[in-house]
Amino acid sequence: MAEAGAALHLRSYFQIAWLWIRAAWQYPTSFVLLALGNGLITGLDFVGLWIMFAHLDDLKGFTLHEVALLYGSASLALAVADTAIGSVERIGTYIRTGRLDQMLTKPVPLLVQVCADQFTLRRLGRLTQAAVVFGWACTYVDWTPLRVLVAVSMLLSGGLVFFGLFVGFSCVQFWTTDATEFANAFTYGGATVTQYPLNIFPREVLVGLTFVIPVAFVNWYPCLYLLGRSDPAGMPEAFQFASPLAGVLTMAAALLVWRSGVRHYTSTGS
Amino acid sequence: MVHVAVATRAFRRYSTYRAATLAGIFTNSVFGVIYSFAYLALWSANPTAGGYDAQDAVTYVWLGQALLMTIALWGGGATDDLAERIRTGDVAIDLYRPVGIVGWYLASDLGRAAYHLLTRGVGPTLIGFLVFHISLPSSPLTALAFAVSLVLAVVVSFAIRFLVASSAFWLLDQSGVKVMSGAFAIFFSGMMLPLVLFPGWLGTLARALPWASYVQVPADVWLGKHTGVDLLAALGFQVLWAVVLLVACQGVLRLATRKVVVQGG
Repeated sequence: MAEAGAALHLRSYFQIAWLWIRAAWQYPTSFVLLALGNGLITGLDFVGLWIMFAHLDDLKGFTLHEVALLYGSASLALAVADTAIGSVERIGTYIRTGRLDQMLTKPVPLLVQVCADQFTLRRLGRLTQAAVVFGWACTYVDWTPLRVLVAVSMLLSGGLVFFGLFVGFSCVQFWTTDATEFANAFTYGGATVTQYPLNIFPREVLVGLTFVIPVAFVNWYPCLYLLGRSDPAGMPEAFQFASPLAGVLTMAAALLVWRSGVRHYTSTGS
Repeated sequence: MVHVAVATRAFRRYSTYRAATLAGIFTNSVFGVIYSFAYLALWSANPTAGGYDAQDAVTYVWLGQALLMTIALWGGGATDDLAERIRTGDVAIDLYRPVGIVGWYLASDLGRAAYHLLTRGVGPTLIGFLVFHISLPSSPLTALAFAVSLVLAVVVSFAIRFLVASSAFWLLDQSGVKVMSGAFAIFFSGMMLPLVLFPGWLGTLARALPWASYVQVPADVWLGKHTGVDLLAALGFQVLWAVVLLVACQGVLRLATRKVVVQGG
C-alpha cells in the first residue's frame, strides 16, 4: 500500500514537472540560453580551478585530477538534487503570495508539489558538465569492484545529503519568509567547500563539515578511498564507507524539520 | 531633482527586507571564509602568484564578496523592473515620461547600489577585517580613488544589465540572456579568480573587457596596485567602458522604440 502511494507521488511529481517543461518551452530562445548559460557557469567554474593549477603543482598534496574527482562528484550530486527539488528554495515566495494555501488544498503531498513546481531542465547544463569532469577524473582512478561500489554509493548518498540540505534549510522560510539566501550558505556553500580538498581548512571546519553539515560525506571521505589515500586529518577509516548513513540521516532530519515547518505554518492571509 | 528622488526611493524600497539583508551578509561571509582558505592554500604553495601576496589575496576575496551585490554581479536590480515592464507592456508608460529611461533606471539602480553597499558591502568587509585581518586602503587618496572606482563599477554593470534587459523588447523574456551575461560577468570580472592569475592571452583579454571594471579594477585600487598615472589609467578604463556602454544603451533603446510594437495589456 505504501509502495503504491510512493509510486503515485512520483507520478504526480513527473506530471507537474512535465507541465513546467512545456511552459518553459513557450520562450524557446530563453530556454536554450538558460541551459547553455548554466552549463557555461559551471564550465567556467572548472576553468577557474584549472587556472589555479597553472600556478600550482598540487593543492595541499592533491593534484589536478584528484581535485577534479572531488569537484566532479560533488557537482554531480548537487546537480541531481538541484534538478529534482531545487524549487523548494522558493517556498518563501509561495507563502508570501498565498500560493501555498492553494497547494494545501490539492490531493498531492505538499513537498511533492513544491519540489516539482517550476521544474526546470536548465540544470541539465550543470549535470552534463559535472559528468564530463567526473568521467575524466575517473580515468585516473585505480578501479576495483569495491571502489566501483563506493563510487556509486557516493553519488547516490551525495544527492541525498544535498536533498536534505535543500529541504531542511528552505524550511527556515516557514518562520521568516524573506531569508532565502540563508539556505544558500549551506547548499551552494556546501557545494563550493567540496570542490577543494578539505585539508585546506582548519580541523574545526572539517569536524563541522563531518558532524554538523555533513557535506564531507558527499565526496571527501569516499574519494579518499577511491584514490587510495590515507586521511590527512586522521579521521576514522570507517568514515570512508559511511556516506549512505550520512545521506539517510540528513534526509530524515530534513523531513522532520519540514513536518514541523508545515505544522507551524499559518497562512499570511493574503 | 527627479533623479535624486528616484534614487532615494529605490534605496528605501530595498531597505524593507531586513531579514533578507542579514541572511545575505551571512551567506557572503560563509563564501568569504571558504575562498579565503582556498586562496591561503594557493598562496602558501606559490607566495607570489599573480603579483599578490597572501594578504592581498584574502583582501581580494572579501572585497569580492562585498562588491557582489553592490554591482549586482548576477544581474537584477533596477533593470529587472525594466525587463518585467517590457514583458507586461508597462514600458509604454516609461516612454511617455518627460525624463529619459536610461537616466531614470540608472538613478534607481544607484539608489539600490547605495543600500547594498552600506549593508551587504560593509558587513562582509568588517567580518573580513576582524577575522582575516584584510588590509585597508593605505591613504585617504586611495580610499577616495576606490570610491570613484566603485561608482564607475556600478555604472558599467548597470549599462550591461540595461542592455540585457532590453533584449526583452525582442525576446519578451530576458532570463536566458541574463544567465549567459551573469556567467561571463562572474568569470571575467575576477569574482571567480583574480584576473591577475589568468595566463597569457586569456589574461590580456580578460583585463580589456568591461567586466574587469566590476571587481578587478576596484580591488586593485583598494590594494594600492595602481599609483599616479597608472591610477588615472585604471579609472579612465572604467570611464571609457561606462561611456561606450551608456551610448549603446541609448542606441538600443532608440532601435527598440522604433521597431517594436509594445504588447497591449
